[in-house]
Amino acid sequence: MADILDLPRDVAIVAFSQVPSVAQETRTEAQMLVESINGVLEQSGIDRREIGFTVSGSCDYLTGATFTFVQMLEATAAWPPISESHVEADGAWAFYEGWVRLLHGDIDSVLVYASGKSSLGNQQEVMSLWLDPYYLETLGVDMFSYAGLQAQAVLNAGKGKESEWAEIAGRSRRDALSNPNAQVRGEVDPAELLREDYLRGPLRPHACPPVSDSAAAMLITTAEKAAKLGVEPVYVRGIDHRADPHYFGVRDLSVSESARIAGEKAAAKAGFGPGDVDVAELAAMYPHEEQILVDALGLGDGVRLNPSGGALAANPVMVTGLLRIGEAYNAIRSGSARRALAHAQSGPCLQQNLVCLLEGGNG
Amino acid sequence: MAERCAVLGGGQTHHRRVRDDVSIAGMLREAAERALADADMDWSDVDAVVTGKAPDPFEGIMMPELYLTDALGGTGKPNIRVHTAGSVGGSTAVVASHLISSGVHERVLTISWEKQSEGDTTWGLSGGRSGGTGAGGAFAPYMLRYRENSGAPENTGFRVALKDRRNALKNEYAHLKLANLTEEAIKESPLLWYPVHRLESCPTSDGAACMILGNEKAARAHSKPVAWVRGTAVRSELGQFPGRDPVDPQAGRDCAADVYRQAGISDPRKDLDCVECYVPFSWYEPMWLENLHLAPKNEGWKLTMEGVTELDGDLPLNMSGGVLSTNPIGASGMLRFLEASMQVRGVAGEHQVDGASLALGHAYGGNAQYFAMWVVGSDPD
Repeated sequence: MADILDLPRDVAIVAFSQVPSVAQETRTEAQMLVESINGVLEQSGIDRREIGFTVSGSCDYLTGATFTFVQMLEATAAWPPISESHVEADGAWAFYEGWVRLLHGDIDSVLVYASGKSSLGNQQEVMSLWLDPYYLETLGVDMFSYAGLQAQAVLNAGKGKESEWAEIAGRSRRDALSNPNAQVRGEVDPAELLREDYLRGPLRPHACPPVSDSAAAMLITTAEKAAKLGVEPVYVRGIDHRADPHYFGVRDLSVSESARIAGEKAAAKAGFGPGDVDVAELAAMYPHEEQILVDALGLGDGVRLNPSGGALAANPVMVTGLLRIGEAYNAIRSGSARRALAHAQSGPCLQQNLVCLLEGGNG
Repeated sequence: MAERCAVLGGGQTHHRRVRDDVSIAGMLREAAERALADADMDWSDVDAVVTGKAPDPFEGIMMPELYLTDALGGTGKPNIRVHTAGSVGGSTAVVASHLISSGVHERVLTISWEKQSEGDTTWGLSGGRSGGTGAGGAFAPYMLRYRENSGAPENTGFRVALKDRRNALKNEYAHLKLANLTEEAIKESPLLWYPVHRLESCPTSDGAACMILGNEKAARAHSKPVAWVRGTAVRSELGQFPGRDPVDPQAGRDCAADVYRQAGISDPRKDLDCVECYVPFSWYEPMWLENLHLAPKNEGWKLTMEGVTELDGDLPLNMSGGVLSTNPIGASGMLRFLEASMQVRGVAGEHQVDGASLALGHAYGGNAQYFAMWVVGSDPD
């Protein structure tokens, strides 16, 4: 088994556009994507015909239909025909495929997009359908219940406290006040949050993500193309993703081995590690997931966590991870960070984790 | 491309209408373990896993590769799931090959599957709505249009079906094995969607296909012949708009031209030794022959009728028996890519084309709007 770390390091994000996350969006995913894709075309000034590859992430099960990504293709105006692919996963994995594609050197620009409308179904039930169909899904464990198992494991291991979760929820909502795309925002007193009843013990409503609809698009290019477009690049210095076993019973739920490995592999490519960033955007849907990830990635006190408000403030499933990459990009573009980390996850209880290390053009 | 990529090993399940002797994970391991054995590798030698299948509602599991991580040795590794409609088995292999050709990994396991018996795929193919006519109902008008445009004789379709079903008899893994068929019997089988008869249509199958891909270093170290990936391409176009030609889609034409260019093929009819392409209904053979630049417009049927596409013809097509004989939807594209690799490795057994050194694997999907192709060769250049 071998990983090759000596890779080109000049793939850059040059544009990012998202639709505000809301509890129930009336537009279709394709309509939201028209706005997102037009956003990155305008920001970068690229012509559609210059885009060498297009790749997206979405999930049929959110809509409850089949081949739903085919309708999303409409938003790309795929005529003449385009070179295009799709992952049944969060858009962060589409971003990864786009990064791999750019390493070949035969094309210079990739359009990445993702969409998801969790409001179309019962999210609690839908998100239980990705469990092992023979031994787990049949137990009827819903999304907050298996998250509760992991939260309890964190409590039992002494790695988190309910009062800390309320603090994290409060911080997320406060940060979301300055993010026009966030959904759950406000000044709240953590002590007040702790008076809520349990939703699924030990999780209270404030420690759970909202149901969100959104879409986002991103343009990634080579450094040369970014220069031609005249846009300021944010470099993808390292990216990696890893999986843990599926079954809750065979792993220690209070740690994330896959996030740790992904962080190390990304760092080996980047030449700097998760601990060296100014900002980390983590796709932590629950405060206890944030604590697990901070531990696994070795994020110190100097790292500002989720300035966008993170997934507790808006959790459009299948878009949440790509939004983290986009918000990390925004943090560098706005000057509030020189280096940033973006994280995405997939599967129950943080089963898969992706870590992306970004650096500003002057880095 | 930065790095060369080669197929080091391949494996598939015995495909059946119902594989109720195995779980989904068990079925995938059957294909994967054959591929690993062929590649002289163990699970621990794999750097990353790339999985593909058609819509999740076919089996009723959301993103099943998550549950399959343990069975596919995915722990601690990157796991990627591709879904591009019927072309997915092909595009999954393309994504996996890119992990090698980009230089990111040395050895990648890629697997595609469907267990159609777990659900109702005609319902699924109708967008999850009731009252649909499935893929055959969607494609029949295009086949009829082709027949009218080209003036092809009615028995072109029967001839294709007869050939693919005979080829399947030589493939130990094929699902439908119908011996002693005649053109007359195919014509007399029930008409499903005019002009397509039942014996001109694909079955519903359970099955999986797997390949182990490696970089040049891994390929040179392998003791068996490998299939060098000489080019990969994917293309998509909008499925419905005025002026679109769904009979001869531009995306397919562009995709083929791209993959031929990468492989250094100037005359595909002459340069390719065999073609394994996605023919779920008989008439798609002559249609794709034209779309793949292997015959002039409206003349693809002539190659079929002249026997050019027979196993012992000048350009054998669907040596494995094709989708007409075996159709685990998500795997159907990868089976085409796998068969192409087996031919140039010289390991296709009874359905081997003598001396095949350059082969095309082809898959399509959606409203004949998604295409994935690769060209593999017995030599790296």
